[in-house]
Amino acid sequence: MGLWAAALAGYAFLYVPLLIVIVYSFNDSRLNAEWVGFTFGWYDKLFHNQDMLLAAGNSLLIGLTASAVATVLGTMAGMAMYRYRPRLLSILVLAPIAIPEILMGVSLLIFFVLLNLTLGLVSVALAHIAFCIGFVAIVVRSRLAGMDESLTEAARDCGASPLNAFRYVTLPLIMPGVIAGALMAFTLSIDDFVITFFTAGAGTVTLPLQIYSMIKIAVTPEVNAVSTLLMLLTLALIIVASKLSPSLLGTDEEKA
Amino acid sequence: MQARARLGRWLVSGPPVLYLLVFFAAPALIMVLASFRTPGDFGGLAPLVEDGRLDLNLDSYARFFTESVYAQIFVKSVWYALLTTLFCLLLAYPLAALIARSAKKHRDLLLLLVILPFWSNFLIRIYAWMIILGPNAALAKTVNGMLGWFGHEPVPLLFSSFAVLVCLVYVHLPFMVLPLYANLEKHDRALLDAAQDLGAGAWQRFWRITFPLSLPGVYAGAALVFIPALGIFAIPDILGGPEDSLIGNVIKQQFLETRDWPFGSVLSIVLTVAALVLAGTAAWIGRGSLGTPSSAEAARA
Repeated sequence: MGLWAAALAGYAFLYVPLLIVIVYSFNDSRLNAEWVGFTFGWYDKLFHNQDMLLAAGNSLLIGLTASAVATVLGTMAGMAMYRYRPRLLSILVLAPIAIPEILMGVSLLIFFVLLNLTLGLVSVALAHIAFCIGFVAIVVRSRLAGMDESLTEAARDCGASPLNAFRYVTLPLIMPGVIAGALMAFTLSIDDFVITFFTAGAGTVTLPLQIYSMIKIAVTPEVNAVSTLLMLLTLALIIVASKLSPSLLGTDEEKA
Repeated sequence: MQARARLGRWLVSGPPVLYLLVFFAAPALIMVLASFRTPGDFGGLAPLVEDGRLDLNLDSYARFFTESVYAQIFVKSVWYALLTTLFCLLLAYPLAALIARSAKKHRDLLLLLVILPFWSNFLIRIYAWMIILGPNAALAKTVNGMLGWFGHEPVPLLFSSFAVLVCLVYVHLPFMVLPLYANLEKHDRALLDAAQDLGAGAWQRFWRITFPLSLPGVYAGAALVFIPALGIFAIPDILGGPEDSLIGNVIKQQFLETRDWPFGSVLSIVLTVAALVLAGTAAWIGRGSLGTPSSAEAARA
């Protein structure tokens, strides 16, 4: 009984703040203090806010590019980690996930500036690819671990070239993992604030950067509206990804 | 055949290795080099070779160790990260225990419910607390109403250490729940039943059986909460007052405002070393039961 109460409090702690943001996005008041009445006005304002639309476009462009490249590289990394257990690759893949994000942000800032690369969409996408590779690799590797390796071997024994064995046997089998990894990478990219903050430069704005500047200056319910939409998008993507790859939940039965 | 296998290996692992060497390892090395350089007149770095002299020195390290304000901020960051870890543990334990004890068919859903908030945007989760703790919100009015009753001055909840800590705990809680759950789920219930048969009470069973057995999960969770919490800058930046600046904020300031790259690099390196030492210690105490990719994966996924 006590356990249930404590756990319920834990879930409430996790969800009440997010629910408040969603509820207030429909609140007909400039202040996020009390419920006044229902309105879609903040969403209407949002879709007429040029800065916000530009930021959303940038986020989408970066997210699609970064997740596409990271999915290819991450799938390769996941396969290499599963088959060959290379030390260097494993460290390179997992380290960006393990260290505080700010370290990657500032080191990439120095790197891009020294290379004379103008900070903007390109530098942000390059940075996002670097931290997304690891997540894709982990999902793909766990999918491979749950797969019957003898299938690929059988294809090879029947005379398939390594490329054909991969294309017609391995890839279809790991596809759910690859798609889940791609969705994760897209979500991570579209949500990233810290690394983007350091690598975007002054002129480029993504959705999280736009939200940041809005909440630093003045809190308006428009932020609630954009937050609600962004939350719905990422949560939908993650639920789909976790259906495709149950290991995302850390409860993969086959793996254990 | 041997040569072809090696070729295959390089074709598969080569591209990701190359990418991460260029966009992760090289920037990290350059940052280490930058920490030994002199800041440029207009930010960035001074020329590497000037008047035939190589610009490499320990000035920025000396500054970190002589100007006590930075050591103080560093100690404060460690303190905040420790408190965050402790509160996360207190909140995560009942959650993880409940999930581990519930029927198998409900576990996935209960876990998903813990993980989902982690996947919502980081800034939105900070912003939510701006609303909750805001001066006009119900919470602040209630608290200050009660304080006024006792003749106390009203206190601001937002832009305070309290706000920073609450949000730190909020943001990192899933990192603690997952490794704890992964550990608790494996416990053999027969041990608890045996203890009960021998007359152990609920507390005794918890402190003498469940808790000691769960320590690897606790250490894994602690490392996964402590390390990111140590480097955080957005939470104090948005929710904190002027005296809540942590090491992450000083790093941000050095790179984006003061533009003193060498000193910013020194601070980043100190942060990295601290994170590595602590992760290493946790791994050592946990006797190899963490630091393994699987625990890191479980937490991020």
